Amino acid sequence: MNIALLLQMAADTDPGRIALVCDGRRWSYGALQAAARGAAANIVAGGCAHVALLDESSEAAPIALFGAALAGVPYVPLNYRLADTDLAALLQRIAPACVIGDIDRVQRLDPEGGHTCLGRDAFVAAAEAAADGASDEEREGEGIAAQIFTSGTTAAPKAALLRHSNLLGYILGTVEFCSAAEDDAQLVCVPPYHIAGISALLSSIYAMRRLVLLPAFDPDDWLELVATEKVTNAFLVPTMLARIIERIDAGAPAALDSLQAIAYGGGRMPLELIRRALDLFPTASFTNAYGLTETSSTIALLGPEEHRLAQTSDDPAVRARLGSVGRPLPTVELEIRDEEGRPLSAGERGEIYVRGEQVSGEYRERSALDAEGWFPTRDAGWLDEEGYLFLTGRADDVIVRGGENISPGEIEDVLMTHPAIVDAAAVGVPSVEWGEAVGVAVVVKPGPETPGDEELRALVKDRLRSSRVPERIVRLQALPYNEMGKLLRRKVREVF
Amino acid sequence: MKPGTRLKSAVCDTEVMVIRGGDGAIECGGAPMAEDKPAAGGEPAAEFAGGTLMGKRYVDEAGTIELLCVKPGKGSLSVDGAALRTKDAKTLPSSD
Repeated sequence: MNIALLLQMAADTDPGRIALVCDGRRWSYGALQAAARGAAANIVAGGCAHVALLDESSEAAPIALFGAALAGVPYVPLNYRLADTDLAALLQRIAPACVIGDIDRVQRLDPEGGHTCLGRDAFVAAAEAAADGASDEEREGEGIAAQIFTSGTTAAPKAALLRHSNLLGYILGTVEFCSAAEDDAQLVCVPPYHIAGISALLSSIYAMRRLVLLPAFDPDDWLELVATEKVTNAFLVPTMLARIIERIDAGAPAALDSLQAIAYGGGRMPLELIRRALDLFPTASFTNAYGLTETSSTIALLGPEEHRLAQTSDDPAVRARLGSVGRPLPTVELEIRDEEGRPLSAGERGEIYVRGEQVSGEYRERSALDAEGWFPTRDAGWLDEEGYLFLTGRADDVIVRGGENISPGEIEDVLMTHPAIVDAAAVGVPSVEWGEAVGVAVVVKPGPETPGDEELRALVKDRLRSSRVPERIVRLQALPYNEMGKLLRRKVREVF
Repeated sequence: MKPGTRLKSAVCDTEVMVIRGGDGAIECGGAPMAEDKPAAGGEPAAEFAGGTLMGKRYVDEAGTIELLCVKPGKGSLSVDGAALRTKDAKTLPSSD
């Protein structure tokens, strides 16, 4: 099995159709397929262990992804926003690699790595030049299509491995071949090193939906591309959606009539934000996707009808589902389990376990799958009676106070109900008496209604119980997030 | 039959990839398929001439064998003489 098949099928079906638009350049499926074949020939000739991309989104990403796939070498998109020391460590872990993108940085950070470095344009030109006469042969290699370093919000980045069988299982199970209309266009603005960046390439190519790449997210550029390319589908992380809405509210030009579907994921979506978006885009369908790098992207989703239903229903349980991530895909199994690994019933909080073809759960160092193939996601959550999944945070973020497990989410939700609290994070802080106690970092609106510590403690005590009452409260200007809108709890812990 | 194996029709252009393998001879147009295009040639048998569709998945009644059509043709698919049917796609909204 090889993911190169997806592009091959699209190119066989309609080689002249436009597959990708980036910085004004257009690539047909046939041209993309030829470049991937040429890239594969160059990669095989170069004899490297990995094909890495250290660059923003461009045509080089799919050419490297499919070229590496044909060559049987893992594709490793690297986070160009990492600090030098962190990036140097990753470069050493993948040496010797063919690295595409920021050549100077690679040579400066890992001069002894034996890497073959190519700038974006040089890589693409060499791939096109080698296309003629390059073979269609698919090499198997280790069967690994992509190696993605996890973001490392809690620990050192892990090298998650996605096999061809995982990614193909995901795409074949969730996308109908050539199902997109000829005018459909998908705007991709997530960085290429994120799993959503890879799954967007794969699913759009298989659906034969034109890819419109935005190399680096900017709300005004996003709005302009939607208008000029008549974009029909888009994926956003919540912080991006918030910034787009801010610009629309500020009067930025927005011609959004073509937009039919917006999918979002990758972080917690504030309820007020999604409600606002539903009102602002009354004809667009919204889909909330939940997934992890280790699961080849989406494992649960809340579809468009469920969004509108939750927005308009009088039933509190149905309304609450707007805060859920929907139901598991029909192609995966999902369970909530307690600390001993026993399955829990509806309404009980525990750790999310998942199993299915798309679930890798495998790292370069070890596999996290249990004997029956279940992957413990380390995400905490619960299912309602109808099977809707609610996330409550990372299992590793649970605060253990005197033997009692406390989910940061429940405290944060209560604090956020205070009109003067803009943002809140609860973390475990060392406590002589309890081992760990609750510490909260809050961002407070300036003004006369600024609540004192006692008011916040009383709020938590009234709504929850005394064990949840924060022992320590600090006020920050802003909470630390990474560029994908993920809260960096390890940094929050450092302020206590 | 190992998943990922590509099989070609002896009587038309059809090519499939095995998603899930099982026992039994995989046929197209009534003639056995093979990794290298079988030399048999000829036309699809009348009862297996419905054609294959690009990108469709085909399964047997028991659901043990699943094939993906990666090149369409005039023949239709069967295992040991029993016709395969297309697997109904689960319509999911795009989430990427």
